[in-house]
Amino acid sequence: MPDPYSLRVNGVECEVTDTDLAESLLFVLRERLGLTGTKNACTEGECSSCAVLIDGVLTCSCLVLAATAAGQEITTVEGLGDGRDELSVVQEAFVEEGAVQCGFCTPGLIVAVHDLLEANPEPSDGDVREALSGNLCRCTGYGRILAAVHSAAATKRSQP
Amino acid sequence: MSDVVVAQSLDEAREALASHPDATVLAGGTDLMVEINRGLRRPRRVVGVAQVPELRRWSVGADRVVVGAGVTYTEMMTTALADAAPALAQAARTVGSPPIRNAGSLGGNLGTASPAGDTLPVLAALNAEIVVVGPDGERRMGLDDFVVGVKQTNLRPGELIVAAELDRPRGRQEFLKIGPRNAMVISMAGLALVADHDARTVRCALGAVAAGIPRAREAEAWVAGQIDWDNGAGVDDAVADEFGQRVAAASSPIDDHRSTAAYRRHAVAVLATRALQRAFAPGGHGDA
Repeated sequence: MPDPYSLRVNGVECEVTDTDLAESLLFVLRERLGLTGTKNACTEGECSSCAVLIDGVLTCSCLVLAATAAGQEITTVEGLGDGRDELSVVQEAFVEEGAVQCGFCTPGLIVAVHDLLEANPEPSDGDVREALSGNLCRCTGYGRILAAVHSAAATKRSQP
Repeated sequence: MSDVVVAQSLDEAREALASHPDATVLAGGTDLMVEINRGLRRPRRVVGVAQVPELRRWSVGADRVVVGAGVTYTEMMTTALADAAPALAQAARTVGSPPIRNAGSLGGNLGTASPAGDTLPVLAALNAEIVVVGPDGERRMGLDDFVVGVKQTNLRPGELIVAAELDRPRGRQEFLKIGPRNAMVISMAGLALVADHDARTVRCALGAVAAGIPRAREAEAWVAGQIDWDNGAGVDDAVADEFGQRVAAASSPIDDHRSTAAYRRHAVAVLATRALQRAFAPGGHGDA
């Protein structure tokens, strides 16, 4: 059993005790810290529904051994909005464009789009497709997701 | 030692492995965590090396490129490494998706030693020397000696992959691979081709079509005599096609859930023909 460790998630220090060595960051976020926005689907890095930012780097949380993330800044989808009831520009665009159907892939997409627009405020279609190439959605056909990304990018660019 | 050590220096990683040679080394996690999540592996101790600064470094010299084991696929694509080792950048870009490329590393690709590891044909074609350290000091070896079978290396207990040192020849480089789509694909066949205009050689290595990472040495020697090294003319279609056939002869593919042996052999020939035509497209092909 690993020593107890502390994870810094969305700016809050969270103690993790009584754990198993083999636990992924995804498992600890959901099952121990109650942060169920990050979704558990493939657990092998194929779908990105578990995407989070670790020290600002887009990462599949299922492929991170939780204990090794101690000391790093973890941002989940819950930490992206402007507050508990405020949607981020990206989230708002997904709602407005109807880019959500069953919603299971949405949190991972939201995190990945935040990451994309941080680095590239005016992405081309190709940029968006490559940036989201690991995010699998089985409902929407991606067209509305693409539209939402461009809409969010335009909104962000128009903000001071 | 705690069950999990997140090493912050190369010395710390070496000491942790020296005291517990049975510990499992964890790099980017893109292979190992899949096995852990499925319950196929239950490590008793883990030494995380993704944060070791010495392993995250790379350097570009006049003739050699040194890539630390912790350098990620994203870094291979987006730093000056991409100019110094273009085939490595091309291979990195075909791996997984952005979050996978942010985590996965050269050392992890080597440690997993899958025949489908996309950087491995590039390392073979660039005459890579793999550098490992362990309780008995440093060892260096070519990829042929490092990868000894499917997902098997000759790493000894307590040893750690530190870096790969690559040639930096003058000439174009290509990495090509076949899969069902352009992202999130494990190679059905892969190929790296490197032209060296000073040595007047062509080097070609294959992925996912043999137990190891074979060099197509007979085809390399043959085609070197067919290239117009002095005037920079393109290669004839007949030469490119025959090169493809000769390269395919160096493969020994199998049927499995990803593809058939026959398709893989065909694909390797197509990739070799295409890579040769690109590397020796008319006009200035010695200028990389």
